[in-house]
Amino acid sequence: MSGQEVTVLVIEDEPEIRRFLRTTLHAHGFRLYEAVTGGDGLAEAKSRNPDLILIDLGLPDLDGTELIRQVREWTSTPIIVLSARDQEQMKVAALDLGADDYVTKPFGVNELLARMRAALRHVARISETRGDSVFTLGELRIDLGRRQIFVSGKEIHLTPIEYKLLTTLVRHAGKVLTHRQLLKEVWGPLRVEEAHYLRVYMRQLRSKLEENPAQPRYLHTELGVGYRLRTE
Amino acid sequence: MSQERPDPDALLKRVQAEEVRQSEGRLKVFFGANPGVGKTYAMLEAAHEQRRDGVDVVIGVVETHGRAETEALVTGLEVVPRRVVEYRGTVLQEFDLDAALVRRPTLILIDELAHTNAPGLRHAKRWQDVQELLKAGITVYTTVNVQHLESLNDVVAQITAVRVRETVPDSMLERADDVELIDLPPDDLLQRLKDGKVYVPEQIQHAVKNFFTKGNLIALRELALRRTAERVDQQMEVYRRDHAVVRTWPAAETIMVCVNMKSRGPRLIRVARQMAADLHAKWIAVYVQIPRHLRLPQVERDRLVQTLRLAEQLGAETVTLTGDNVAQELLSYARRRNATKIVVGKPVRSPWKEWIFGSVVSELIHQSGEIDIYVITGEAGEGQPLIRRSLRRTSDRSGYAQASLGIVIATAVAWSMFPYFAPANLIMMYLIAVIVVAIRSGRGPSVLASVLSVACFDFFFVPPYFSFAVSDIQYLLTFGVMLVVALVISNLAVRIRQQAELARDREKRTGVLYAMTRDLATHRGAGTLAHLASKHLREVFDSQVAVFLANSEKRLELQRGEQLYFEFDPKEAGVAQWVFEHNERAGLGTDTLPGASALYTPLVGSAGAIGVVAVRPTDSIELLDPDRLHLLESLVNQVALAIERTRLSEEAQQAHVRVETERMRNAILSSVSHDLRTPLATITGAASSLAEEQGILDHAARRELSRSIYREADRLDRLLKNLLDMMRIEAGAVRLSKEWHPVDEVVGAALTRLEGRLRDHSFNTTFPIDLPLVLVDGVLLEQVVINLVENAAKYAPPGSAIDLTASVSDSDVVVEIADRGPGIPVGEEARIFDKFYRGKFAREGGVGLGLTICRGIVEAHGGRIWAENRRGGGGVFRFTIPLLEQQPSVEAERAEPKPA
Repeated sequence: MSGQEVTVLVIEDEPEIRRFLRTTLHAHGFRLYEAVTGGDGLAEAKSRNPDLILIDLGLPDLDGTELIRQVREWTSTPIIVLSARDQEQMKVAALDLGADDYVTKPFGVNELLARMRAALRHVARISETRGDSVFTLGELRIDLGRRQIFVSGKEIHLTPIEYKLLTTLVRHAGKVLTHRQLLKEVWGPLRVEEAHYLRVYMRQLRSKLEENPAQPRYLHTELGVGYRLRTE
Repeated sequence: MSQERPDPDALLKRVQAEEVRQSEGRLKVFFGANPGVGKTYAMLEAAHEQRRDGVDVVIGVVETHGRAETEALVTGLEVVPRRVVEYRGTVLQEFDLDAALVRRPTLILIDELAHTNAPGLRHAKRWQDVQELLKAGITVYTTVNVQHLESLNDVVAQITAVRVRETVPDSMLERADDVELIDLPPDDLLQRLKDGKVYVPEQIQHAVKNFFTKGNLIALRELALRRTAERVDQQMEVYRRDHAVVRTWPAAETIMVCVNMKSRGPRLIRVARQMAADLHAKWIAVYVQIPRHLRLPQVERDRLVQTLRLAEQLGAETVTLTGDNVAQELLSYARRRNATKIVVGKPVRSPWKEWIFGSVVSELIHQSGEIDIYVITGEAGEGQPLIRRSLRRTSDRSGYAQASLGIVIATAVAWSMFPYFAPANLIMMYLIAVIVVAIRSGRGPSVLASVLSVACFDFFFVPPYFSFAVSDIQYLLTFGVMLVVALVISNLAVRIRQQAELARDREKRTGVLYAMTRDLATHRGAGTLAHLASKHLREVFDSQVAVFLANSEKRLELQRGEQLYFEFDPKEAGVAQWVFEHNERAGLGTDTLPGASALYTPLVGSAGAIGVVAVRPTDSIELLDPDRLHLLESLVNQVALAIERTRLSEEAQQAHVRVETERMRNAILSSVSHDLRTPLATITGAASSLAEEQGILDHAARRELSRSIYREADRLDRLLKNLLDMMRIEAGAVRLSKEWHPVDEVVGAALTRLEGRLRDHSFNTTFPIDLPLVLVDGVLLEQVVINLVENAAKYAPPGSAIDLTASVSDSDVVVEIADRGPGIPVGEEARIFDKFYRGKFAREGGVGLGLTICRGIVEAHGGRIWAENRRGGGGVFRFTIPLLEQQPSVEAERAEPKPA
């Protein structure tokens, strides 16, 4: 994002949506490549090597999740999924397969841009800083280097699991993390089906960090998908 | 009374009968006076003629009896192979009804209509086979002799002195489309007999001489001719009636025939039938059950059943009345039914007995008024009751012991009174004892008590004491009177007792009928009713009961209830199916398939059979008692009515649902088209001005237009989402993917989603930290919260707060969403959850689906949702989610200090 144009590949079969993305993203300074089918999209991704890929889950020739699996075989380029409302399960599968985030149609341009920025920033953070960064959001301050958490300047004590859960979310701040991903990361591969563990610990974490846990500011729930740590 | 036009009712009946006939096969009867006149021959010739005309002719059964001429005619015709039946070591070749039905020819020849089938075949009689063939639409040619006609049976027996056992109901001949009389003058027949051209089975050779006398032959020929002529008369009459040529018959007469235990039944029945046929009258066979009939031996009761059965076969309606006075019962029933003639048997009591006790017949004659009484003599041998009324043991040994004990007590009491009272008073003690014994123990013991009391009185209280000798001759009179009084009293007491028993019996029957009817009336669903019916029938008849109901493919299905059905082998199921298809009773105790283990009665609804009830009694004799059969019939009728009623109401319900669905669909269409078009109109308008503006609009205006496009698109999106959700819920396509969720998290997620949209309101959330987890579909529950909050926000004034709380009550988590809007109009609290219902205060936007969706989702989770007005103003919506006993286990974290 530093001066040089960010390239985005859109794989979408609906011409009107492509047109709207083209106009909008172009106006926001992105450079766009377009593909209508999954096959074309895969070829385009290989030849153009874009900074970010937008994939529609309802492509005519290829299952969206299959496309993501194939893309992920050779690149970690951030992928954002464009999903329809009745594709909940596919959406989660896409995320578990390595898609970075999703937007549900119909979506506003602000929402899409926020997701794109989060995905690109994540890549940037992984490549730039490691370990000792400090995450701040509103009254919340997380010092990853010192393993300290402050809310309104007051230090908060977390249990090891709570801490691990929080840092996992921090490392992917702004991105949605599926239940599976979080469970695997925090509890290891044996507990990936037991989402209620996650929910119970999430509640504990919220009660420690949030002013009003029933109206969370930082730790957002995406029901049926997973959790997201807000960044803005 | 002449009439210009045909009676419409009668005509309608005939048209209906014709319609039934149309679908059935035609019946042609080759009718003869005697064996040997050439009926079979004529039938075969007619068959050949038909075959030459291209008709598909098959021989079902033809007895050639080895006659060459007849055999020659058989060749060239297809023959249905006989069915070989083994019966008591004899191999019988019988007509194979099933094979014939499968073969389905156009015309089938069935010889010897009166033949009795071997046991084990479906029908007892061959004429029943023929009936079934006709019903299947197959035309039948058959042969019968005059002496086999049921109604002529007696006459023939009188003429020939040979009683023919195999009979055919007259209705078969009446039903025939054609009757061809095969006539041969007696002399020619005798010649043929002499030439050995008439087949005579060996075992009746001796009878033949008596039978084939010229006198007999002439008489029989006359009978046959007369019978045929009668038929022609009838046809003529029907023709004339149809064409309104002559006056119609007087108002249909009703003849009542009284059957009693004295076993002259069959003759009475036949006479009555003949009368009824001659008068074209309806006839009823009536049996009056009086208390002492209960004590008659089984044989006699069986005979009564058979007599009533015979009457039914001959087309009578059968009725059983209960009462003490036969004549009274008969007359009152006759008046009720408008019977004009009563047929009774001549009394068999000896004249002096009749003089003392009177007889039913004389009573009838005296009191009949306008009703004619016909008194019929019985046949010799039949007149006397075959078995003298034998005392059923109304009492066992203990009864006699009680009798003795009673007398001992009476003696003891009398002894204590002896010094103070005259002997005449002591007799009273004994009479009391006799009454008590008679009421408690029945006839035998009371007789014993009577005798004993005389003996004891003599022994203890008549000088010389302690001896049976009597010093004063006067006492002999005392003894005599005492004995007579005791016997009369005991007899009366026993009568009272029997009367009471009978009343109890009837009471019980009424009770049973009432209990079942009530039970059936308060339940719904054919399956439930079948179950109830079998329960009641089982109790009443002490039998195993099964109820079959027909499914849509007209196949019977056994309705199962615990232990109420019995095992069915395919044969029994076949009987049930037969009963269903033919709408006739069959099985145990009937003429059709009597080998079955149960009695199968069709459940007859208004449009034919709807099922079959099978009753397998522990005591088959008891079930086949006419009384019990009538009770069974009325119960089964009730069941049929109830099942039909429930089916009809289900159908009506479905029709109602269809109408409702249709109405709903229209409501959706009008509502949806309006609600979709409004935002679309805004979008189209705004977008077109933006597209075509050519620099006229300033920046602020463009921004305003774009905003309204965005807003309306969002509204459209929500509308579509609601519609889709609704459709999914309606279609039952919602699959709950339940997981353990904290309610507060779900509410939190919903509020986060609404953040951008509901800026005008603030939310107060109160959730206890220790709320248990609930097993729900999080996404759907979030939708419930979103819809409720949106709904609240729609009505709550801007700037006001919406309160969300959750609490645990009993076995639910209750979530509450309350606003300070106008509240819910009184009386609409429930209706606001109805589809497309829009309250009095409804605001723009929304189709009235949001709350319906909420209810659908909450109910799918086993919860409840309702709305109330809030204290202090506003509305409050509450819904519950059931709590499960077992919360999911979450392994506690090991208490480790946070790594520093």
